Amino acid sequence: MDKTMIVSLLSMGGMGAFFGLFLAYASKKFAIETDPRLDAINEALPGANCGACGFPGCSGLAEAIVSGNAPVDGCPVGGEEVAKKIAKIMGVEAGEAGERKVARLLCRGGKAEAVNRAEYKGVMDCRAAQAVNGGPKGCKYGCLGFGTCAEVCPFGAITMNENNLPVVDIDKCTGCGKCVEVCPRGLFILTGVSREVHVGCKSQEKGKDVKKVCSVGCIGCKICVKACPFGAMEFENNLAKVNYEKCTNCMVCVEKCPTGAIYSAFPNRKKAHITEDCVGCGACKKVCPVDAIEGEIKKLHVVNVEKCIGCSKCAERCPKDAIEMIRETEAEKAACC
Amino acid sequence: MEALLLFIGSVLVNNFVLARFLGICPFLGVSKKVETAFSMGIATTFVMTLSGVASWLIQNYILVPFGAERFLQYVAFILVIASLVQLVEMVIQKTSPALYQALGIFLPLITTNCAILGLALLIAIKQYSFIESIAFSFGAGAGFTLAITMMAGIREELQFADVPKPLQGAAITLIIAGLMSMAFMGFSGLIPM
Repeated sequence: MDKTMIVSLLSMGGMGAFFGLFLAYASKKFAIETDPRLDAINEALPGANCGACGFPGCSGLAEAIVSGNAPVDGCPVGGEEVAKKIAKIMGVEAGEAGERKVARLLCRGGKAEAVNRAEYKGVMDCRAAQAVNGGPKGCKYGCLGFGTCAEVCPFGAITMNENNLPVVDIDKCTGCGKCVEVCPRGLFILTGVSREVHVGCKSQEKGKDVKKVCSVGCIGCKICVKACPFGAMEFENNLAKVNYEKCTNCMVCVEKCPTGAIYSAFPNRKKAHITEDCVGCGACKKVCPVDAIEGEIKKLHVVNVEKCIGCSKCAERCPKDAIEMIRETEAEKAACC
Repeated sequence: MEALLLFIGSVLVNNFVLARFLGICPFLGVSKKVETAFSMGIATTFVMTLSGVASWLIQNYILVPFGAERFLQYVAFILVIASLVQLVEMVIQKTSPALYQALGIFLPLITTNCAILGLALLIAIKQYSFIESIAFSFGAGAGFTLAITMMAGIREELQFADVPKPLQGAAITLIIAGLMSMAFMGFSGLIPM
């Protein structure tokens, strides 16, 4: 072998070995103990470093999750599957946070309920109509009804009904937020699919002015605020607002609202039903906000279906898991048999 | 005396960034905040000084005696620099995680900072003595720190300036770099090199 070659091999090999050993020693000496969960989460994430979560890369999100600054379902790409894995690593339930989101319309005033202040003859598009002096509708917060949301929905989940209002098919809705973006009046919100009570009005006008233009608008009477047993109804700028964290879907507000601005699937209201597992501890009785549970201590309790508002408080409290929440139509069946 | 002149010369007259146009990447990349820019400068100075010394040793005790300085120089110097950057990275991550975060990708990128390889090669070409190469390396690092910190200072102030839209961002930064370079030209002649 040529002398140059031997020399190069020896010198470079020697230096490589020296620096390698030196770095190996240094990495031991300067080793940092990292959270083992961090590596596990890094492993579970897709590793695409796309940044869709709002953090710098997957490792950034992993750090944020470990430090509690991001939810376990923070990765929009990985979806439910990854969220579950991470939830397992972090030892929490994905639960509510991982719930599917769907779009909801915050206006109830269609052709029949809301008046128009002008006739609009132009491009049949909400954005165009909005640009022309705020559109033809009397209410400057309400749905313009030209169906731009239905057009942009990539999943065909929005259709316009006869009353000129968009209807969201929550089974088809993926919560992509296209309609939220496109609506010039910001009438869509994304909420968890289990949220059933919504204020279908965005008008911040005073009650009298709302009444002039729409029969189903929020008139700011605050009856819902008083009626809500859980303090979940808030009031802001003459407008009722559901605090979704507190709301239990009891629908008392829907019942009490004089104009019908608050909406939900009312016929499908839940009712509590106590099964035979009940030991008669009375815990449910204490938490029921409407005293709908009857029965003596140590005996099977019964729900007064008339009074029950379906808030699920008793079901949460019951130590024996003896209370089921059943949709109203089913509950009637259970009571009769 | 010679070493002192060499030090001042490499800080001001032949500033690596502003006169030799080496190491522009971190100069533009990490000069948004004075604090991080200064830390980057310190880290680079550290790597520069050590790699300057190490490459002098390798050049004079390994490459020249073997007659391999012509074709092994680049590989050997890159090896030294890469190892030193690894070391610096470990030390910074251990001692200051916040700084590690702030420097981000630019820390491992010191490896590819041409100013450092340039320095190692310049030392070899100019055939400096050991003391001289220490002074030269440290001066080069100090010059880099000076330039990047000044740049960061100007850019911090610039946020309040009314920059015309087409010039915002990278454009105005490059113009500033050019103006600073011109200003540093004023030092030439300070020391006869």
